[in-house]
Amino acid sequence: MTVLVIAEHNNQTLNPLTGCVITAAAQIESDIHVLVAGKDCQAVAEQSASYEGVSKVLIADNQGLEFQLPEAVTPVILEMASAYSAVLAAASTTGKNLLPRVAALLDVSQISDIVAVQSADTFIRPIYAGNALATVQSQDAIKVLTVRTAAFEEVGKTDASAAIESLDVQVDQAVSEFVSENLSSSERPQLAAASVVVSGGRGLGSAENFQLLEKIADKLGAAIGASRAAVDAGYVGNDLQVGQTGKIIAPDLYIAVGISGAIQHLAGMKDSKVIVAINSDAEAPIFQVADYGLVADLFQVLPELETLL
Amino acid sequence: MEPGDRCQWSLSGSLPNPSIISMKILVPVKRVVDANVKVRVAADNSAVDLSNVKMAMNPFCEIAVEEAIRLKESGVASEVVAVTVGDDKAQEQLRTAMALGADRSIWVEQAGQVEPLSVAKLLKAVVEKEAPDLIILGKQSIDGDNNQVGQMLAALCGMPQGTFAFKLEVANGRAVVSREVDGGEQVVSLSLPAVVTTDLRLNTPRYAKLPDIMKAKKKPIDHLSPEALGVTIKNTMTTLSVAEPAGRKAGVMVSSTQELVDKLRNEAKVIS
Repeated sequence: MTVLVIAEHNNQTLNPLTGCVITAAAQIESDIHVLVAGKDCQAVAEQSASYEGVSKVLIADNQGLEFQLPEAVTPVILEMASAYSAVLAAASTTGKNLLPRVAALLDVSQISDIVAVQSADTFIRPIYAGNALATVQSQDAIKVLTVRTAAFEEVGKTDASAAIESLDVQVDQAVSEFVSENLSSSERPQLAAASVVVSGGRGLGSAENFQLLEKIADKLGAAIGASRAAVDAGYVGNDLQVGQTGKIIAPDLYIAVGISGAIQHLAGMKDSKVIVAINSDAEAPIFQVADYGLVADLFQVLPELETLL
Repeated sequence: MEPGDRCQWSLSGSLPNPSIISMKILVPVKRVVDANVKVRVAADNSAVDLSNVKMAMNPFCEIAVEEAIRLKESGVASEVVAVTVGDDKAQEQLRTAMALGADRSIWVEQAGQVEPLSVAKLLKAVVEKEAPDLIILGKQSIDGDNNQVGQMLAALCGMPQGTFAFKLEVANGRAVVSREVDGGEQVVSLSLPAVVTTDLRLNTPRYAKLPDIMKAKKKPIDHLSPEALGVTIKNTMTTLSVAEPAGRKAGVMVSSTQELVDKLRNEAKVIS
C-alpha cells in the first residue's frame, strides 16, 4: 500500500515541516504520495516532488481551496483516502485543524503527535504533557496520524523529481469563510524549524526587554520563543509560546532566559539537544532539565552574552 | 480574592436583539488530572498512575464554560448546557460548570477510556437531541493531549469549525472566530450552528462563588447512556505500554557568562 502526506504550504512555498512528515511516512511504507491542496500552488507541487521517497504528487488546485479551510480540504482527502493505508500531516495548527475531521468521516481514530514509528500500525506518542510516552497500536484500516515534526529530521532532496498529477476537484459553497490573517513577518527562522531558540519568560519584565533577547538571537541566527507567562503578560505574541499547548520544539540549542520552567513549558522544549537556563532563582525547575545552568541576573548576563558571541 | 476580581468584561447597556435571544450553547467538559499534578507512570507500565491524584475540570473546558456564560450574560445566548462523558465522578465537573453559570447538564455515563471518536459520536447524539446553535469546547484535554474531539464533532455534524479561538463574536447568525495559528492569527466566519474550540487567550475563567455552588446542587443533571443515545462504543486503539520518557543526564552549573560561552563553544559545540 501507499501512504499519503498532506503538504503544508502557503500556495507558494512548501513548509519544510512536510519533509519531516515524509521521514515519518517512509518508516511506515516506502511508497509515498503527497497531496498539495490550494490555489495556484503548482510551485509547491514542484517543491514536494523533489523530496526523496515521494513517488507522486497530487495537486488539487481550486479557487475554493485558497485558504485551505478544513471544511473545504476534508472532502478532497476523503475522495482519495481509500487508496492509502495511512494519511499523515504535521501536528501543526493546520494539521491539527484538518486531520481529525478526515478521521471522523472515515470512521477511524486519529493518533495525534506521533514521535516514533514502531511498525505500520504501532506508534509512540507523548501524553500528559510529555510526562509519559504511550505505545499505541491501531486496528483501523486507514491510519490517520499527525506527526510531531521536532521528532523527525527533514527528508533529503533528490534530482529525480516525482510525477505531478492534477486532481479534478469540486469545492462546495463553504459553511466557513476566510476573513483575514495576520502572520508575523519576521526575518528570523521559524520557531518550529529553528536549530537555535532563545526564549524569554516573565523574568524579562517587559516587552521592551525582549529586545535584549533579539540581539542574542541575531548573533546566533536563532528564533525567539517565550513562556506562557511572558505571553500572558503581553510581552510577545502567542505564536511564540513554547509549551504543552503552544509550539513543541527540539532545537540543537535552547536558551531559556528568565523562565522558571513550569511542567507545561518543559513539555514544549525538553527534547532539545542542549538546554541552557539563565535564571536568578537557583531553585527554578528549569535547572533540572538544563545541561548548563547559570544562576545570575539576566540583565547582567544578556549584554555580556551579546559581547562574547 | 473575590470571585469577580478576575473578570474583565463589561456588560453592554443596550438591550439584546430579541431575534437571537433563544440561542442555546452546548459546552462539553472533561474531568482530568489537575494541571498542577506531575503524573507518574504505573509500575507495570500499563498506564499513568491516577490513584489518589487530584482531579479537576480540564483548563480548556473552564475557558469554554466561561465563554458560554459571558455570551449568556451579554444577552447573546439564552441557555448554556454542559455535557460530559465519564463515570459517576464526572458529575462533579458538571456541578462545577453549573456553579459557574451553566443552566443544566447532561451526563453520558461511560466508565473507562473512551477514544476521541467515540466521545465525538456521543456528543453528536447529544447535539441531535439538544439542537444547540453553538458548541464551545476546549481545544484539547491535558491528559491525552489529543486535540481531536471538537474537529471530529464538527465533521460528524456537518458543521463548520473555529479551532484554537482567542476571540469569539456571535452576531447575525454567524460566529466570527479569531484563531491562533502557527505563524500568527487567522479570522474565519462560520455559519451557525458551529463548533468553536478554545485556546488560552480567549478569556480568564472566573471562580465559582459559594452561593452559586450551593445553587448548582439543585440544577438538573440529565443522565443518559450510550445505548440510550444509540451509540456503540468502539475502541480501535490498544495501548501496549506507557513509559517514562528518558531522563536528561544531569547538567552542570556554570559561574559566569564567560564560562557558559566556553562550554557551549568547546564542550557542547553548539555555537561557533
